[in-house]
Amino acid sequence: MSYVLLHAPALLIAIPLFAAFLTPIIDRFSKRARNIFVLAVLIIEEILMIIFAWDVFTNGIHIYTMGAPNPTSTVPLQSAVPVRIVLEVDGMSAFMGLISTTVSLAAGFYSIAFVRKETGQGRYYTLLLLMLVGMLGMEFTGDMFNLFVFFEILSIASAALVAYRSYYGDAVEGAFKYLIISSIAGPMVLFAVALLYGEYGVLNIAALAKAMNSTTLDMIALVLLISAFAMKCGAVPMHFWVPDSYTVAPASITAMLVVASQASLYALFRICFTLYGNTPYVATSGAILILFGLLSMFIGVTMAIPQKDIKRLMSYHAISQTGYMLLGVGAGLCLLGNPDFSTYGMAAMEGGIFHIFNHALYKGLLFLTAGAIFYKTKTRNLNEIRGLAHSMKFTTIFFLIGAFSIAGLPPFNGFASKLLIYESVYHVNPILSIIAMLVSILTLASFMKVFHSAFMGPAMKDVEKGEVPKSMLFGMIVLTAGIILFSVAPGWVVNHIVHPAAQSLANQSAYIQAVMGD
Amino acid sequence: MSEPSKIVKTIASIIFPFTMVFGIYVILHGHLTPGGGFQGGAIVASGIVLLLVAFGSAEIAKRVKESHLSILESAGALCFISLAFLGLFKTFFYNFLAGSNFIFGRIPPFGSNPGDMNTGGVLPLMNMSVGLKVIAGLSAIVLVLSLFARSRKQKKR
Amino acid sequence: MIHNIPYLAAVALAIIGLYAVLFKRNLIKIAIGISILESGVNLFLITLGYRENAVAPIYTNLPEGTSIPEGMTLPVPQALTLTSIVIGVAVLALILSFAVKIYQHYGTLDSREVRGLRK
Repeated sequence: MSYVLLHAPALLIAIPLFAAFLTPIIDRFSKRARNIFVLAVLIIEEILMIIFAWDVFTNGIHIYTMGAPNPTSTVPLQSAVPVRIVLEVDGMSAFMGLISTTVSLAAGFYSIAFVRKETGQGRYYTLLLLMLVGMLGMEFTGDMFNLFVFFEILSIASAALVAYRSYYGDAVEGAFKYLIISSIAGPMVLFAVALLYGEYGVLNIAALAKAMNSTTLDMIALVLLISAFAMKCGAVPMHFWVPDSYTVAPASITAMLVVASQASLYALFRICFTLYGNTPYVATSGAILILFGLLSMFIGVTMAIPQKDIKRLMSYHAISQTGYMLLGVGAGLCLLGNPDFSTYGMAAMEGGIFHIFNHALYKGLLFLTAGAIFYKTKTRNLNEIRGLAHSMKFTTIFFLIGAFSIAGLPPFNGFASKLLIYESVYHVNPILSIIAMLVSILTLASFMKVFHSAFMGPAMKDVEKGEVPKSMLFGMIVLTAGIILFSVAPGWVVNHIVHPAAQSLANQSAYIQAVMGD
Repeated sequence: MSEPSKIVKTIASIIFPFTMVFGIYVILHGHLTPGGGFQGGAIVASGIVLLLVAFGSAEIAKRVKESHLSILESAGALCFISLAFLGLFKTFFYNFLAGSNFIFGRIPPFGSNPGDMNTGGVLPLMNMSVGLKVIAGLSAIVLVLSLFARSRKQKKR
Repeated sequence: MIHNIPYLAAVALAIIGLYAVLFKRNLIKIAIGISILESGVNLFLITLGYRENAVAPIYTNLPEGTSIPEGMTLPVPQALTLTSIVIGVAVLALILSFAVKIYQHYGTLDSREVRGLRK
């Protein structure tokens, strides 16, 4: 077991990569074998990730050097800087890894029935596993160029999957927009990495953080990195691709796209907290993140209210909830050097980080229910859908759980993370807290409208009765189990899972010492 | 568009073996001279594209099936990742062949040397896997796009 | 200043590519703009590794009298640029196949006409 835990960072990335390229060969023989193989790989990933995350939360940072004689030898004897690609997993990385594997498992279960009638399914599962590889690679790496490479792997795999239903014209259009935005963000990140490499001569994040001198070129690199990663998160004012691509992708892929945006959010936080943690730009970048958060929250929810397409409405809400995460963690970033940090800065960060996990769970669940509605009624237009509560009982319950969570009603988990954000951000500026509560009320109104029009009323005529297939229900049950677990014991989750993550994000010196100190 | 003329077809058939040999040379000598997996694979794929342009996609699609290219591509990628897994007794991607007595195991002397192909360890094998994958991948891309254009042209008539 | 001209040229190439992506309407011209943008950034990356009067960092048949490693250019930016070129090829292949599919559905390549999602 200790051997597995020692090599776990590389195994977690390599096993889905190996399985992704084995899937087309298995697909040639039998479709059932391919389905079972993909599900087995996803279940193994989830179990390995839970064990590994538990070890990281209790024992500290894990280092893995690729290709060295020993996994922890980062700096060889002759040189003063780390050589080779170093994977560095601290609390925040393990936290995001848990989110990625959980939502991938749910999407995998859901896809078995959802894409059964489509063509090219072997490639669908290959690209799904490659998306998981890209997300885990971005979250585990300790090297700037490796971050760029996994960022591009994630965006190419996601763009190909958004266009999966290529017989619809608007699916390919949405995927084109997504790929154009990724292709602008990618070279921006590469340019910033080139600037940093040209100045300091190292690519390792810990070595760069130690050598950082806060020159003007560093400020240019910081602006490029924040813009590129905020562009990929869906923060306003770069959010225009989010509704277009979230709407046309298959529903399980939309749930994965939510987690892919959160991987970019993680990269943004890693840059701001660890790479630039000792520079004088910390307070200003915190203020910029708070500004992005406010704009996203407000514009997201106001543009969601008049929408008629159910998935387009939910994608605007995804923009709005991303604003909460940016607000919470931005407030923590603003106060990073202050003595006030330990009182309410840490609480704001914990609220924002807890909201990341909650959002992945309930937003994934909502998108999966929207996909179930589309599977039954073949339409996404809210004017045409009526009275589904008569025949789709389980889907109605899951939708209600998701809607109450996103609106922040007690006792669900959305309430816990939003309460942390309201209380701590109030000390920074009371107006931020008031806007956050207003946005929450508008979210509740919007989802009540959706529930009333889609599930209440007389049943639709030409829709076959009965529930969606079992594998789709099982995918939704995985996410609902997570929501209920987090709603029943939020204090335990915050103390044991969120607090190590927030603490490791704010602790730049431990990150540097793990690589350079030994 | 009318059939390409006999001159183009003859010259393309003569040039293609040279292109392939040069591409495979670049792949195999990636650890000694500039080149490697992607560069050599792109050269061989450009040779296949030359045949595609000279003979038309109908001819080429009879001999090269896209499903076979997909299997070759997966095989190349699986070979690469298996070589990385084989070093797992120390770390992932560990170069377990350098300095041992298997193939590619010699250690070259320091400084300028005339280039010994028996060195490098795992690197020439990984170059070959990546080269195979790139050949299959790039040829499949161009083949599928040309078949797509041909089917549209037939639909228009 | 004269030593910075290659860097300024690479940034100018990237800005030309960015202009093409943002302001052109034809989908193929947008794809060409992305290709130019990536070429500009790759050029910047590989110019970082240059040293005056240095040879390529290869030990096979090294010319006599070159000092190791001060007489060689940096090899790490070359590896980074190669990876970035490969990523650029994959993205360009995907963008062009999307453009072909959009033409099949909408019959036009003008980005102002392709507005199925805005109905």
